[in-house]
Amino acid sequence: MTERAPIIVIGAGHNGLVCATYLARAGRKVILLEANAAVGGASSTHEFHPGFRVSTIAHLLHGFDPIVARDLDLHRHGLRMAQDDLRTVALHPTEKALVFATNGNVTGPAPEIDQAAWRRFLAARERYSTALGRWHSQAPPRLLANGWREVLPLAKLAWSVRRLGRRDMRELLRVATMSVDDWLNEYFSSPRIKGALALDAVLGTRAGPRSGGTVFATLHRAAAGGRMALPQGGMGSLANALAATARVAGVELRLNSRVAALEVSAGRVTGVRLTTGETLIGSAIVSALDPRQTFLSLLGVKHLEAEFSRRVQHVRAIGTAARLHLALSSAPDFQGVSAADLGQRLVIAPDSDYVERAFNPVKYREHSLQPVMEILLPSLLDQSLAPAGQHVLSATVQYAPHDLNGGWAQARERFLELCLATLEEYAPGLRARILHAELLTPADIERRIGTTGAHWHHGELALDQYLMLRPVPGAAQYATPVAGLYLCSAGTHPGGGVLGIAGRHASAAVLAGGDAP
Amino acid sequence: MRDRDHFQIAVYPTPFHPRTSLANTLNLWHRWKDCTVADAFTDVSLEYTALRNACTVFDLSPMTKHRIEGPDALPYLNRLVTRDVAKIKPGRVGYAVWCDEQGQVIDDGTIFHLDNGVYRLCSQERQLDWLLDCAVGFNVAIKEETTDVAALALQGPTSCAVLKRMGLAGIETLSPFSIRSYQFSDTTLQISRTGFTGDLGYELWIAPGEALHLWDALFAAGSAVGIKPMGTLALDISRIEAGFIQAGVDFLPADRAVRPGRTRSPFELDLAWLVDFSKPNFTGRRALQFEQARGSKYRLLRLDVEGNKVAKDAFVYNSRQQVIGVVTSHVWSPAIKASIALASIERPDGDPQDELFVDIYYQKELQWSRKMARCRPVSGPFYSPERRKQTPAPDF
Repeated sequence: MTERAPIIVIGAGHNGLVCATYLARAGRKVILLEANAAVGGASSTHEFHPGFRVSTIAHLLHGFDPIVARDLDLHRHGLRMAQDDLRTVALHPTEKALVFATNGNVTGPAPEIDQAAWRRFLAARERYSTALGRWHSQAPPRLLANGWREVLPLAKLAWSVRRLGRRDMRELLRVATMSVDDWLNEYFSSPRIKGALALDAVLGTRAGPRSGGTVFATLHRAAAGGRMALPQGGMGSLANALAATARVAGVELRLNSRVAALEVSAGRVTGVRLTTGETLIGSAIVSALDPRQTFLSLLGVKHLEAEFSRRVQHVRAIGTAARLHLALSSAPDFQGVSAADLGQRLVIAPDSDYVERAFNPVKYREHSLQPVMEILLPSLLDQSLAPAGQHVLSATVQYAPHDLNGGWAQARERFLELCLATLEEYAPGLRARILHAELLTPADIERRIGTTGAHWHHGELALDQYLMLRPVPGAAQYATPVAGLYLCSAGTHPGGGVLGIAGRHASAAVLAGGDAP
Repeated sequence: MRDRDHFQIAVYPTPFHPRTSLANTLNLWHRWKDCTVADAFTDVSLEYTALRNACTVFDLSPMTKHRIEGPDALPYLNRLVTRDVAKIKPGRVGYAVWCDEQGQVIDDGTIFHLDNGVYRLCSQERQLDWLLDCAVGFNVAIKEETTDVAALALQGPTSCAVLKRMGLAGIETLSPFSIRSYQFSDTTLQISRTGFTGDLGYELWIAPGEALHLWDALFAAGSAVGIKPMGTLALDISRIEAGFIQAGVDFLPADRAVRPGRTRSPFELDLAWLVDFSKPNFTGRRALQFEQARGSKYRLLRLDVEGNKVAKDAFVYNSRQQVIGVVTSHVWSPAIKASIALASIERPDGDPQDELFVDIYYQKELQWSRKMARCRPVSGPFYSPERRKQTPAPDF
């Protein structure tokens, strides 16, 4: 038997790395192509000011697949956590902050907290998200099952809901399509609690708390696991550990190798052509790039059937998150936050209406005037990120739509000023400490990591783009209509965040060698 | 666009209406794609007889026409239809079907390769929406030009003679499925050797402003060789004799189907010859490959029905008296003196050795009778005169 051509994985983000490693461990020859000079994609660390380093896009590790972490032995390859159970601190411009501990305790101004409601909410969210989490442990089943082997996963899916029992099953079906604002109003009167929970539902999505389906986004996020971790050295450490495992497994990692197009012959993907003109032959091509880019740019619609390409064109994937990185001369003071909580996850979302107002302009392709933020001061827990005594502020800022009217070039200064003014309100004296500020707008993020529309999840996380609908029917089981081409990005089930699950499921699909339905 | 008072008119006259309305002694009309066209002008049998023995003129202006051009016109069409459009050279015409991604036929039509990279797609149904949907990602301009082009079908044995008498030099050398342009009045007259009758014949394409001149020139030139206007009823006889299928009659356009199983694939319409898996990707390819491997559910048969009764709305039975299909088109064929029909049969029934029957209900003087008539599948057209394919076209 002649030796098979290697499998080519495009994009060394976390899913690409995970997928490549599993494939290499299964004995396949794997070439992993990365357009940039470093691995990581949205999971990377960069120096944005001399001596100051920060996670470039994702800055928290939240729900990374424990199976991947165990299988790939990431700890042995150098992955350490500066802290693995960050508390969430809900900021307020004048009042003491609310602190959500990972053990379920919430502390803060007494009138804000209805402990009984909080417990009930946590318990419900836990039950529903656990049911959802079970769906993440398998590739999405096909709705029109083809034989018993395919009926089983479909049955498991149904059973995971059915086993909730009559009351919870009914309740899950009721809330899944609701807006998170409506759901929270059933439990809480406190604007502060609702604000913080509303933010969780809309981070990285093009939705406000009153948008339908945001309860689903909340549950999806909770399904990934409650604990949020800060990797030592930033998110690039995760990518480096994954790259180290990949190399040990025998993956040939090629940096600075940008794919210009997929080569197709007789309806089958046969290789890739790099921007240098070099052509690589592959027995299978696995794309960790977002589905739209994979199908529309690299493959080209002429290789797709009309209805399929129309579905791909309509994948909702317009990013709304910007990144703000500040080099600070000293640790800032945040209003109402104790020294012990300063290094935790700070959120600016004082109430649900605030978040909704921040979202409103996005509908008209404008940015927020008072943005919501998820803020970390990672150098408080990880001295490697900044010179001694100095600090890094890392913030995810919403809403900054990728499709901004007039484009980002002329809006970036204005938006940066809005961000800094908002921060100053919650951390008086912060601006005086700024040595350098870097704003990555969605346009910058798209340029930097290549994701179409700079969407975190490579496609909105919503029921209409979930399970066998993610990214589109016909490509939801990682195989695509074009033989030999597979997807492994966050654009596939179970979706975005830094999970690594899609990479793992995709590797199994590649090894099984099946075609799309 | 029509003028702003368009809403006051629901059905439009065709560019030939001033002449067809004079010729329509029966005043029999129907609506074809929002245009008024004649069912028949004088007598269906006479019109049919003229078609097969002299020649007839049929107004096909309402036929939906699209202009497709641009650098990607060929790859676009090749992704749209199931046959290899690269094989349709400039100046040639090809019959084609296009499918949805389930491999079910949306419509059939003809592709005219007018000039290098410039195509006209004629279809039975309105297709602009689907054509534009399919155009995303292709550098191609698509325009519906139905009302920009007036068209007549001149069909029958003396059709070539009429054109020669009109002064169109060398028209007899135009081979089947070829296009040629002539100067006519102050405009260009495009002539294709195509048609829906299965006979020697031509289709004439001209600017609407010159439509009446063309009509008059044809009838002046054809008066000595028996030219007659023909309506849709006579055309339908001839198209069934030719074995041609019709959208909405012999198959349901896939985009109109609501119920599963009502649509048909090209294989199920005896159009396997139009499906080319060796050409680049096209919509429906995967489903059709799957169907080819697994076998189709239906097949189309052309049936020669015993006796002289037509198989109107008839079920088709096997020898065990089980219903295995339905007749979709039926007619008494004057050309072969037989009752003929097109039928959709559920496989595996309908193999060549199988006995087939249709049940025919008919009445004589209000007395209804029923008859199980044996039928024999025919391969190819029921009627296909030699003159249809001869080049140079014979002179009658």
